[in-house]
Amino acid sequence: MKGTEKRRLIINKIILALSTISALLGLIFLFWILITLFLKGLNALDFSLFTKDLVDGGLRNLIFGQFMMALIATIIGVPLGMLAGIYLREYGSGKYANIIRDLSDIMMSAPSIVIGAFVFAVFVAPFGGINGWAGSIALAIMLIPIVVSTTDNMLSLVPIELREAGIALGGSKHKVILQIILKAAKVGLMTGILLAFARVIGETAPLLFTSGTNSFWSTDLGNAFPSLTVSIYDLANFPTDKARDLAWAASFLLTVIVLVINLIGRFIIRDKG
Amino acid sequence: MAKELIMDIKDFSFKYAGAPKPSLMNINMPVYKNKITAMIGPSGCGKSTLLRSINRIHDLYPNNEYTGEINLLNVKSDEFENILDIKKENDFIRLRQRVGMIFQKPTPFPMSIYDNVAYGLRLDGIKDKNILDEKVETALRDAAIWDECKDRLKESAMGMSGGQQQRLCIARAVALKPEVILFDEPTSALDPISTKAIEELISELKKDISIVIVTHNMQQASRLSNYTAFMYMGELVEYNKTEKIFLNPKEKLTEDYITGRFG
Repeated sequence: MKGTEKRRLIINKIILALSTISALLGLIFLFWILITLFLKGLNALDFSLFTKDLVDGGLRNLIFGQFMMALIATIIGVPLGMLAGIYLREYGSGKYANIIRDLSDIMMSAPSIVIGAFVFAVFVAPFGGINGWAGSIALAIMLIPIVVSTTDNMLSLVPIELREAGIALGGSKHKVILQIILKAAKVGLMTGILLAFARVIGETAPLLFTSGTNSFWSTDLGNAFPSLTVSIYDLANFPTDKARDLAWAASFLLTVIVLVINLIGRFIIRDKG
Repeated sequence: MAKELIMDIKDFSFKYAGAPKPSLMNINMPVYKNKITAMIGPSGCGKSTLLRSINRIHDLYPNNEYTGEINLLNVKSDEFENILDIKKENDFIRLRQRVGMIFQKPTPFPMSIYDNVAYGLRLDGIKDKNILDEKVETALRDAAIWDECKDRLKESAMGMSGGQQQRLCIARAVALKPEVILFDEPTSALDPISTKAIEELISELKKDISIVIVTHNMQQASRLSNYTAFMYMGELVEYNKTEKIFLNPKEKLTEDYITGRFG
């Protein structure tokens, strides 16, 4: 008896030690990244970055462009994704819905460069060159499966009785979904949209040969469009210190943006969800 | 069919989609007007399935099979209509306005107290603010909850206590002036004080509305109901006036269940 007890205690300690070390390793890398970004980025950070465009050594047009494309992607992707999610949870049943759910999940883990290549073939090559619309569409394709899956999951958290209660009061199915179920899932859905936005705003690969980037201020989505992430990639390859500093500053800003949106999302969930 | 009936269930059987055998077999049961009918029986006996057939909420899910008749009195024409014949969406909506339902757990909608009660009324097409105000107030008074919530009608219903939420749900159903309200274990998620309030409310409601209640609580059935149906394994074993069922049951099975020998 005593032997097995001792053995259990030792195994317990070993497992505890191993998992603690693994957790620490993960955290070390995370903080390493954050600290490096913070030191290098903060060093290069300057208020003039927000007032000048890339051509003058600033980031203004890039931040605007990145936001703009992520925003258009959200406007295209959220209605499509939400409708598909509503279909999966509320209307779809059996094999057909399961196939769509699986496909959507596969899309979520599709390599983003592949999506970029697809959009290049369909929306860039036939139109004679890189453009902001193509970048937005590429981001929307990244975003849709995320929204499908959050909508599906958030609606599944709404108790079935709430649907039945709406029907029992003389509601039709679509009215109950629109007026009650979506309202009940509102916080989760909003958070999901926010997190999906945060996910696509930091993407590089889908933009690399769809929107490209642009050193000048531009609101013309029909041409090469300024992108923060693509410019980070370009700047990092530049041989000058100034360009590399700018890349660090841009990386730092991007991290802060993504972090803040994520934190807001998580805060809303904890507060109300 | 007798005049004092509101409903008459005849040879009713029900099979869930994909189930190997029916969950309800050949149920014959009257429901008397302005009385309370309780359905008791062990878990899985089919009492909730029967209750949920009466407003055809089962139709939310495809491929369930009904046979037999559930006849509901049309108060206007004074004739019985078989609700199992209903096929059109509009007729379903009308049925559910005539036959309300209260669930085990309170199901307030994520909106204000006022909007909860007005929900069914608005679906029914009432838009006039004054009429809505009046009907909401009457319903909340009928559900004995007006005094508690008249000053917070615009507040979210989610902030009410469980017992209040359940009475709000009753108000929501009562607002549509239904002929029948179905209660599916309405107090099993509530504390004793809230339970008492709901029971008093149900007794009060039977003046205008016929009531069918499923309960696990035999004291509740005996306190509350005029008629009791005892169900077991998908069949109606015994149906009679409540005092007869509880004091002098005809079937051995009923007696065993009521005295707590199984269930």
